[in-house]
Amino acid sequence: MKVGLFIPCYIDQFYPDVAIATYQLLKKLGCEVSYPMNQTCCGQPMANSGFSDLTKGCDVNFVKNFKDFDYIVAPSGSCVLHIKEHLKEGGDKAELDKIRHSVYELSEFLVDILKINRLEASFPHKVGMHVSCHGQRGLNLSSMSELVSPEFSKSEHLLNMVEGLELLKPVRVDECCGFGGTFCVFEEAVSVKMGKDRIKEHLVNDVEFICGGDTSCLMHLEGILKRQGIGVKTIHLAEILNSTI
Amino acid sequence: MSVKQHAEAAQEFIRDEARTDWHDETLWFVRHKRDKAVNTLPEWEILRDWASRIKNHTLSNLDYYLRNFEEKAASNGIIVHWASDTEDHNRIIHKIIADNKIDKIVKSKSMLTEECHLNEYLQNKGIQILDTDLGEYIVQLRKESPSHIVLPAIHLKRQDVSETFHEHLNTEKGNYDPQYLAGSARHHLRERFIESDLAITGVNFAIAESGSFVVCTNEGNADMGVHSAGIHIACMGIEKLIPKTEHLGVFLRLLARSATGQPITTYSSHFNKPRPWQQMHVVIVDNGRSRQLGRADFRNSLKCIRCAACFNTCPVYRRSGGHSYHSTVAGPIGSILNPNLDMEANSDLPFASTLCGSCSNVCPVKIDIHEQLWKWRQVIVANGYVDKGKKAGMQGMAWVLSNPQVYRMAGKIGRWIMRTFPFMLNNRLNVWYKQREMPRAPEKSFRDWFKENK
Repeated sequence: MKVGLFIPCYIDQFYPDVAIATYQLLKKLGCEVSYPMNQTCCGQPMANSGFSDLTKGCDVNFVKNFKDFDYIVAPSGSCVLHIKEHLKEGGDKAELDKIRHSVYELSEFLVDILKINRLEASFPHKVGMHVSCHGQRGLNLSSMSELVSPEFSKSEHLLNMVEGLELLKPVRVDECCGFGGTFCVFEEAVSVKMGKDRIKEHLVNDVEFICGGDTSCLMHLEGILKRQGIGVKTIHLAEILNSTI
Repeated sequence: MSVKQHAEAAQEFIRDEARTDWHDETLWFVRHKRDKAVNTLPEWEILRDWASRIKNHTLSNLDYYLRNFEEKAASNGIIVHWASDTEDHNRIIHKIIADNKIDKIVKSKSMLTEECHLNEYLQNKGIQILDTDLGEYIVQLRKESPSHIVLPAIHLKRQDVSETFHEHLNTEKGNYDPQYLAGSARHHLRERFIESDLAITGVNFAIAESGSFVVCTNEGNADMGVHSAGIHIACMGIEKLIPKTEHLGVFLRLLARSATGQPITTYSSHFNKPRPWQQMHVVIVDNGRSRQLGRADFRNSLKCIRCAACFNTCPVYRRSGGHSYHSTVAGPIGSILNPNLDMEANSDLPFASTLCGSCSNVCPVKIDIHEQLWKWRQVIVANGYVDKGKKAGMQGMAWVLSNPQVYRMAGKIGRWIMRTFPFMLNNRLNVWYKQREMPRAPEKSFRDWFKENK
């Protein structure tokens, strides 16, 4: 099974540990993992700001790097959703469709494709779950509080396999953290207020870590936590699943 | 223009953090009530699907159903008027008022008349209209606009209402008892209901096959006005139609549950024909709706039944307040409707969202609101309604990210600066840094690590 590891630009630059955990985890689970060396960004920052006509370069580069894999896996729901919904250049329709249909967010790849039901992982801590909107409402990684439907969550399914981990949910189980891409600077006041409110709910649960599937949400929450001098840490799902402490 | 953009108005709103928390929690409570109500119906998602399909069908055959409605309504004795824009709408209503020499008018809640600024128009002609929905009555006294389409005064606390009533109705100063305040308003409104000669209402649903229409309220104020007045004028947008009476069952079940978590509005009043001594008029308004119908990406925004569930669930709306949207219809749905009315003036609204998608999930008629927000961003930028600095930044970013070597070099230099001269980024010019720390800049990127460790 040839897996192309798709590491979003800001993870590559600022959160290499998340990428390393993803890589090691996939290897551990028996995947043949390659990291295409010339990848950059999916183009989402431009497209979500209204400049989707500027994403051609990113599209072309993405296709060039990822066209030859059975599966493309990324530790980010948001970037995967962008590729699925908005990749439009760099190849013919068949090539683009193949990429769109073979790109997976990490938890959905582990649950739906690898179908794992046990993990050699241990993380004896109180962990609060932050559900990222694009993964949840865009990729359907978990049930949504607005809909009348059976409850499920791919990331919780995985976290339940981790030894010693105590999972705690905030009262508003799937409210947005306020990152929102360039929203975080163009609507700074609302963005930060939303982040502060998310953190407040996790603090009530006395968690040690806030875990999520999108590092962008976590970067935003981490920035607020650090500024406010709160000791709670943020951690990506991949880091917990790869943890063997 | 002196109108503040959403981000700036929101920042001012949030300055009073305790009040922002109160606003957020009040509206979240409504969202929570909605969740409880919809979960009592196992068929909820099917109802949404039906409603969406009925509305899609109606929009695709709108010309047919509009003519159908006009014909049936006319044969019922209702006088039907067509208004292409707000000016038309206001002129038609003024003419009815002038022809009948009327000066006492009551109006129940109608967002369309707000959209047309009917109150101001008539005021300039020396005619006073009294808003009789309690929330609208409060904001009218305060000379404000509604901040929410279902809960017009939701931005106000009872202390604010008490002060307003003390000033205008001479109620007891410092009496914050909701019962007392509502009672005082009721007392004042009652007299005006009795003496008014003309009542204006909105329309929630107009039924093509019968030429009748339905008005939903919780206070019964539409009925109070209409029953005692000689003339009833009902104002509706062209999108208010549904084909058949039997479709009402779908929409009435969805509307109140989505709006407030009630199984149905307290009053769902059906109007079929005028009583012998009464005139009944319906004003059907386009005002940009047919233009929206022509926009393939945005046409289905016209499915909206104005329940405001998207307001209540929107984490941005709850923390920025309705007035920050500087429009009659605020919230996520307003942000996809208003750019159609004036793209330049409303070019900030589609950006007042994190694209979290909760709005689309609560929408009882399944409008893909967050996807349309994304699409409006593209249209607005393509039309040039974008800050030059933002555009240059995006072009620069696109160039860097399109060239792997440039990207790697930029990343390396950027991280080095962050580590070596943190003050270059950690300063007032960096908006991120205002209330958040920057991420740690590692020496090696993942790619660097991978080259050494694969």
